[in-house]
Amino acid sequence: MNWRAMRAVIRKDLTVVLRSKAVILPIILLPLIMQVILPAVFGAAAYFLPEDSEEVDDLGPLLDAFPEALRAEIESLEPNQLFFMLMTVYTFAPMYLIVPLMTSSVIAADSFVGERERKTLEALLYTPLTDMELIVAKLLTGWIPALVVAVVSFLLYMLVVNAVGWPLIGRLFFPNWTWIVLVFWVAPAVSMLGLGLTVVFSSRVQTFQEAYQLGSMGVLPIVALMLGQIAGLFFLSVVLSLLVGLLLWVVDAILLWFSVQTFQRSELLARM
Amino acid sequence: MADTLPVIETWGLVRRFGEVTAVNGLTLEVRRGEVFGFLGHNGAGKTTTVRLLNGVLSASDGKVRVLGLDPALEGPALRRRTGVLTENPSLDERLSARENLEIYAALYDVPVAETRRRVADLMGQFDLGERAGDKAGSYSKGMKQRLALARALLHAPELIFLDEPTAGLDPVAARDVRELIMHLSREEGRTVFLCTHNLVEAQRLCDRVAVLDSGRLIAIGTPAELGQKVGQRRTVEVEASRETVQQALSLLRAMPGLAEVQTGDHGSVISFSGVPHEGIPRVVAALVEAGVRLYRVTPQEPSLEDIYFALYEEANGGRQPAGGGTR
Repeated sequence: MNWRAMRAVIRKDLTVVLRSKAVILPIILLPLIMQVILPAVFGAAAYFLPEDSEEVDDLGPLLDAFPEALRAEIESLEPNQLFFMLMTVYTFAPMYLIVPLMTSSVIAADSFVGERERKTLEALLYTPLTDMELIVAKLLTGWIPALVVAVVSFLLYMLVVNAVGWPLIGRLFFPNWTWIVLVFWVAPAVSMLGLGLTVVFSSRVQTFQEAYQLGSMGVLPIVALMLGQIAGLFFLSVVLSLLVGLLLWVVDAILLWFSVQTFQRSELLARM
Repeated sequence: MADTLPVIETWGLVRRFGEVTAVNGLTLEVRRGEVFGFLGHNGAGKTTTVRLLNGVLSASDGKVRVLGLDPALEGPALRRRTGVLTENPSLDERLSARENLEIYAALYDVPVAETRRRVADLMGQFDLGERAGDKAGSYSKGMKQRLALARALLHAPELIFLDEPTAGLDPVAARDVRELIMHLSREEGRTVFLCTHNLVEAQRLCDRVAVLDSGRLIAIGTPAELGQKVGQRRTVEVEASRETVQQALSLLRAMPGLAEVQTGDHGSVISFSGVPHEGIPRVVAALVEAGVRLYRVTPQEPSLEDIYFALYEEANGGRQPAGGGTR
């Protein structure tokens, strides 16, 4: 592997990405909305929640799926404390995964399809890089920033949730072990899912927007995870998070295999 | 010994895209240090051939050796030694000109210590130094073409592929590019594979040319050899005094072997064909001895354009070339 050349591709693609408003805006806005605005809204809602609110009752099925010990601990909380904690720590957990997924999808769409759209791919294909070096460099271009954004978003979320929740809960309560698994095991797998989907679809679409939209289909299992938990079908425990991560890595491996098969110089040029 | 080997050799090279055959049985040889013109109208298969020769597109059939390497199996090693100016400049417009070159220097493994100097030299050579920090997207078409050319030369390749290098350039910039091509070949001994449909440019620059039509090679050789191949005759123009022009016309029409004897627009200029180069003094002597006052005698070689159209018509049963797509 020619790492110097691969670093040059990553540097090139990231510089190009950082100079595109269409790419950089979702990367900044999404974590801002998800990690700052939403927990603040949950906090405000919890402050003004009436004692006999039906909002907490609506979360009943979620509580039913909780392990016995955790449910006993949680149910001892005041309604507004319970609402805030359920929303920020448990219900919101799958939603957090949207951030790394979108980040990797939008960068991959720009890196793979945007490059073709801007007609800059041909010169790159004439360089001595092998097909494998080129695809690994481009995958890292999407994956590394997605991991950085995932960790930074998590730290931001930890700060905001604890700060907003302090007057309510009176102690630091976030994160729990499920979140640690989500950040360091599931989020990297979800990022890779976004990349894999975008690369596989990139051969069938012509524009950055199309690639981004199709790559974002990875959001569907995340939504399913969130709805399943709210409906009380399961509780996103540490073990379940580890299993979800494992399943995603298996899907990623299959997608990456297809990506490598798709990303052949000869095929790319034949389509240009 | 290595220097006498052809730089490019192809045997029956074929590339198909579904039902379309873009390159059809191409067999040719390009020699080290020559400027080789690859002529053909749009869609003739020039760009596809360049891609095949660089191992970025795989052949459907046939064999290729470029710089002694098999492009399909040794593409990365080959591309380290070739430079390609694509038809589209293919620049990252969100990057500055300097960034474009620096990144490609790393991609071509130019030593880090040399990169800055080489980039600065090329920017200066192509008259881009003052705007090196500007984004490539803000450049004019001519500047983009010069920057792309600088990028193709960044790693000092021994074999350079230029796909329509002067397309879209103003006359001064086009002249500079042509001078650079001559310099690369004559002074630096590099081989230039020039794809063009600018026949005047090919005639000025190329040692040998190949003519491609619908993916098939219809002729290869020096422009003079191709002229002979298609029977394009040399014409000679003579300018006589007005008083003696009719006498000259009668004499020339009576001479055996001469053909197409006719007067030009100004009346005092007569053109004719059918005389070999070494026969011209005999014709001139006959005219002077007969009292014709001659002011000028100009042998006219057939232009590459004449040859190209003759070759095309010959290959297509008299049909004239028409525009096509990009293959």
